[in-house]
Amino acid sequence: MSLFLTQLMNGIGNGAVYASLALALVLIFRSTGILNFAQGEMALYSTYLVWFFTARNFPVWIAILIAMAISFVGGALIERVVIRPVERASPLVLVIVTIGMFLALNSITQVQFGADAKQLPRAYPGKTWLPGNVQISADTLVLVGVLVAECVLLYLLLQRTRLGLAVRSVASNPESSQLLGIPVGTMLMLGWALAAALGALAGALAIPASQPALSGASMQSILVFSFAAAALGGFDSTLGAVVGGLIVGVAESLTTQYIHPLHDIVLVVPFGLILLVLLVRPSGLFGTRRVERV
Amino acid sequence: MTLLGVTGLRAGYGAVRVLTGLDFSVDEGEVVVILGANGAGKTTTLRAVCGMIDAEGEVVFEGRDLVGRRTDQIAQAGIGHVPQGRGTIVDLTVDDNLRVGAYRRRDHDITADIEHWYEVFPRLGERRSQQAGSMSGGEQQMLAIARAMMARPKLVLLDEPSLGLAPLITQELFRRLGDLNRERGVSMLIVEQNAGLALGIARRGYVLETGRIAVSGSAEDLANNDDVRRAYLGI
Repeated sequence: MSLFLTQLMNGIGNGAVYASLALALVLIFRSTGILNFAQGEMALYSTYLVWFFTARNFPVWIAILIAMAISFVGGALIERVVIRPVERASPLVLVIVTIGMFLALNSITQVQFGADAKQLPRAYPGKTWLPGNVQISADTLVLVGVLVAECVLLYLLLQRTRLGLAVRSVASNPESSQLLGIPVGTMLMLGWALAAALGALAGALAIPASQPALSGASMQSILVFSFAAAALGGFDSTLGAVVGGLIVGVAESLTTQYIHPLHDIVLVVPFGLILLVLLVRPSGLFGTRRVERV
Repeated sequence: MTLLGVTGLRAGYGAVRVLTGLDFSVDEGEVVVILGANGAGKTTTLRAVCGMIDAEGEVVFEGRDLVGRRTDQIAQAGIGHVPQGRGTIVDLTVDDNLRVGAYRRRDHDITADIEHWYEVFPRLGERRSQQAGSMSGGEQQMLAIARAMMARPKLVLLDEPSLGLAPLITQELFRRLGDLNRERGVSMLIVEQNAGLALGIARRGYVLETGRIAVSGSAEDLANNDDVRRAYLGI
C-alpha cells in the first residue's frame, strides 16, 4: 500500500509538470487553434537559459525568473514573426510550421549551448519525507505548489481582469473582438508569451527533478505526455489540462511500477491515452462541444 | 455636418473587384440606409469602411482618413459595427459580451451603462450570466446592438440586422433603432434587404447595384421611386 501511495505521489509530481506544459498548449490552442508542437523545444531553450545563468553564478530562482522573462518576450516574437504570416493558412501548414520550429529550436539550442549534457541545479533542497512509510519528495511538493500558483494566477488574469476578458473574447470571436477595438494581434502575442514563460518554468523545475542531466532530448518525452494530457482534458480547457496532466502522470508512474513489460516503453501510456480519447470523446473530458444557436 | 464621407471607394477580395468607386456620406445624427440585392456589395462596403478588407479611395471620419488603418483603430475612432450574423462572442456570458464592448473605455460608468442596456433590452438582463451563444437569434441581435453601443460610438454600421429574424421581431428591432437614433443622437449606416422598415427610420438612402451607387435620395423619394418599389419593396 505504501508503495502504491509513493508511486501515486510521484505520478502527481510528474503530472504537475505535464499539466503546466499542457496549460501552455491550451493557451495557444484556445486563441489561435494551433497545436504547438514546438512547445517542448521552446521550453528546452528556456531551460538552457536557466542553466546559462546558473553557470554564471546567478541564484537558481533568479535564473528561472530571468529565463521566464526572456521566454515571455521570445514567445511574443515567435507569434509575430513566425506565426502571424501564416495564421490564415490551413491547419496542415500550421502543423508543419510548428514542427519546423521544433527542429529549428532544438538545433539552435545545441549550437548555442553545446551538445554535451548539462547539470542543472535544483532550485530547492532535494529532500524526501516519509510520513507513514509513503515517500514524498520535495520535487512533488514544489511541482504541485507551482502548478497551483500558475492556476490561481491564470484564473485571476483571465477571469478577473480587463486584459483577460479581451484574451477570452479574441479566443472566442476574433472578428467581433477587433470590431470592438481590441488589438487581436497583441492578444495572440500575449498568449504565446504566457505559454513560453509557463514552459520555461516547467522545464526548469522538471528536468532536475526527473532527469540525470539536461540535453537536447530532455523535453521530448515530456511534450508527448503533455499532449496526452491536453488531449485527455480537452485542448481548449485549462481545467482539462490540469486534470489531464495529473491523470497522465499517475497513469505513467503506476504503469512503470506494476506492468513490467511496459517498464521500458512507457511512452505507450500517453499514446494509448491519446488514441483512446480520440476514439471515445474527441473533445476531451472538459473540452467544449459548442453550444450555439444561429 | 458630414460625419463619414466616402469618395471613390474601391475594394474587393483578392483579384475580385466588388466595389468600383462608391461615393456616399452620413451626416451627424443621421440614419442612412444602403439598399441592394444579394451580391451588390453591401457587406463589402461596410467591411471596407471598417478596414476588415483592403480598400482604396477616401474614407474620412470626423476629418480623419481611415483608409489603411487597422480595424481596432477604426473602432476606437468611434465607429461601431454590428456585423452580419450578429458577431456574438459565443463563449462569453451576455454580461461579458457587453463588458468587451466597453473595452476601449476608461471611465467608471461601464457597469451603470450595462444596467442601462438591460433596461432597454430586458431579455438580455434576464440572461446576463448565460452563455451568449445559447440565446435566440433575436436576442443575439439585441445583444450585438447593445454591445456595439457600449463603446459609445458616434456612428454604428449595421449589416442586415433583420437577417433570419421573424417579421414581428424585425419590426421591434427597427423601432428600437429609431429610438436609439432619436434619443441618443447616434448616427447609423444600415445595410438592409428589408427596404420598407429600413427606409421607415432613415433620412436618406442609396441603392447599390453591382458595386456602384445606382440611385440616391431622401428616404421618402426612394420609397416613392418606381424602380426601388419594384425591386426592393415588392410592390
